[in-house]
Amino acid sequence: MKLPIYLDYHATTPVDPRVLEAMLPFFTAHFGNPASRNHAFGWEAEEAVEGARKQVADLIGANAKEIIFTSGATEANNLAIKGVAEMYREKGNHVVTCVTEHKAVIDTCKKLEKQGARVTYLPVQKDGRISLDDLRAAITDKTILITIMSANNEIGVLQPIEEIGAIAKEKGILFHTDAVQAVGKVPFDVTKAKVDLVSMSAHKMYGPKGVGALYVRRRNPRVLLAEQISGGGHERGMRSGTLNVPGIVGFGRAAELCRLEMAADTQRLSKLRDRLNEKLHKNLDEIYINGSQEHRLPHNLNISFAYVEGESLLMGINDVAVSSGSACTSASLEPSYVLKALGAGDDLAHSSIRFGLGRWTTEEEVDYVVEKLTSVVRRLREMSPLYEMAKEGVDLSKMQWVTH
Amino acid sequence: MAYSDKVIDHYENPRNVGSLAKDDANVGTGLVGAPECGDVMKLQVKVNPDTGVIDDAKFKTFGCGSAIASSSLATEWLKGKTVDQALAIKNTDIVAELSLPPVKIHCSVLAEDAIKAAIADYKKKQDEQKTGTSVGTHAQPTA
Repeated sequence: MKLPIYLDYHATTPVDPRVLEAMLPFFTAHFGNPASRNHAFGWEAEEAVEGARKQVADLIGANAKEIIFTSGATEANNLAIKGVAEMYREKGNHVVTCVTEHKAVIDTCKKLEKQGARVTYLPVQKDGRISLDDLRAAITDKTILITIMSANNEIGVLQPIEEIGAIAKEKGILFHTDAVQAVGKVPFDVTKAKVDLVSMSAHKMYGPKGVGALYVRRRNPRVLLAEQISGGGHERGMRSGTLNVPGIVGFGRAAELCRLEMAADTQRLSKLRDRLNEKLHKNLDEIYINGSQEHRLPHNLNISFAYVEGESLLMGINDVAVSSGSACTSASLEPSYVLKALGAGDDLAHSSIRFGLGRWTTEEEVDYVVEKLTSVVRRLREMSPLYEMAKEGVDLSKMQWVTH
Repeated sequence: MAYSDKVIDHYENPRNVGSLAKDDANVGTGLVGAPECGDVMKLQVKVNPDTGVIDDAKFKTFGCGSAIASSSLATEWLKGKTVDQALAIKNTDIVAELSLPPVKIHCSVLAEDAIKAAIADYKKKQDEQKTGTSVGTHAQPTA
C-alpha cells in the first residue's frame, strides 16, 4: 500500500490511464483546430470532438447536438443560469435554488440579484434534501428557472431530481441541475429527470481538468441561452472559443468508461464505503453521519466526530487526503455552510470529515484509514475539554460560552 | 497549510494535558472559547498560596493544531511563574514562539484569555475563602 492515501475524490480525480492514452495524440499528431473547415487537420479534430460529444451525450441519455463544451462546470453553471436569466428576461425574473448548492451556483445567483433578479434559496431538511412543498410554494408566475444540484459535493446527498423535474415541467419552468458529482457515478438520464440544462465536469469522472459541458435541451422545449462568452460562434453560438480538443477527447473517453463501468464501480465502492462507516461506528461512539444515508452517492461518507475539531483531526492523519467542514480548513474561516444548513449545530460542522472514495480505493486503504482515525480521535478526545464535560454529564448546549 | 516544527511538536507531544481538581481552593480554572466557533480551551493553574508561585498547570483543548500548541506552550510557561508574572504573558509571545501565521493569531489570543481566566478564578476563590463565601467554578450551565 502506498502512502499518502487519496480519499478526496469529490475534489478531483486522477486521469484514468486509458483516458490519457486517448488524449495524447491530440496534443501533437492531431493538433488541428476543429473550426478549420477546409483541411484535413481541422476535419480530424472535428471528428474527434464530435465523437467525444456523442460519448458524453450517451452517458446522460442525450443527443450529441445538445452538448455544449465549456472550460468546466463553473462555466457551465454560469452559462446556464445567466444565459437563461438574460434570454427569458421578458418572461420573468425569478430563480429558485437551494442553500446547499455549490458556490458556482450560489454566487451566480447572487450576481443576478445585484442585477435586479429575485432569487429564492430553499432551505434543506435535516437529511439535506429540499422539500417539494417548499419548492411548489416558492414558484410564482415570474419564475423562469429552477436550479437544484443532483448530488451535493460535501455530503453526497441526492436531491429528488425526477420529482423536481416533474414540477418544473408542470409549471412550464426551465430546470437546471449541477450534476457534477452525480454524472458518471450514478445513473442519470435527461429524459427521466425531465431536466433542461445539466452541468458536468470531466475531472470529477477520471478525465482531465479544464473541460466540462452543459447539456442544453433542444426539443420539448427548445432551450435558448444568451451567450456569456462572445466570439467566433462556436458551440451553436452558445460558447465561443477554440475547442480544447485533447481535453474534450479525454472527457469523451472518461464518460464512456463511466458508462461502461458504473454498475461495477458503484457496487464495489458502496461496499467499501459501508465498510468504512461500519468499522468507524464499531470503534468510536458519538460519531454522526451528515445527510441522508438512503439518498446518497455510493462513494461518499461525511461524518462528524463529536468533541474533536476537524483541522486537528486532519493534522493527525496527515498521510490520508480528506476534507473537513471545519472553519480552520476553509479560506473563509467559516464552517461549512452545507453542514450548517442541516441544522445540526456549528460544532458538528467543525468536527466533520468528508470521505470520497474512488476508482483506485482499496479495502486495505479503508482499513488503514479506520485504524489511524480511531487512534487519533481517541487521542484528541482525551485532550478535549468538551469530551470530559460530556462524560461528566454536563449539557454542552446549555453552557454559557465565553466567546471571543 | 504548513505548520511550524514547534506547532507539530506540541500537537504530537502535548505538554501537561489533563485536569486538576477544580474544587481545590488553590486551583484556578479558565474555560474560554465556544464549540460553535471551533475552539474551546480549558486551562488550570495550581498556585502555592504561600509563595504565589504556580506549581502546576494543565490544559485540555478542542481546536486546531495551533490552538492545541498555544495552550500546551502556555502551560509550559506558566509552571514556576508567580501569578503576576503569568499575567504578563502576551499572545504575541506565543505567536513568536510558535511562528503562528496571521490566520492563527486568534489561537494565541484564546490562550492568553485562558491564562487570565484561570488566574482570575484562582483570585476569586482566594477572596471568597477569606470572606467565607462559597466556591464556584468559572463556567456554569445556565438554568
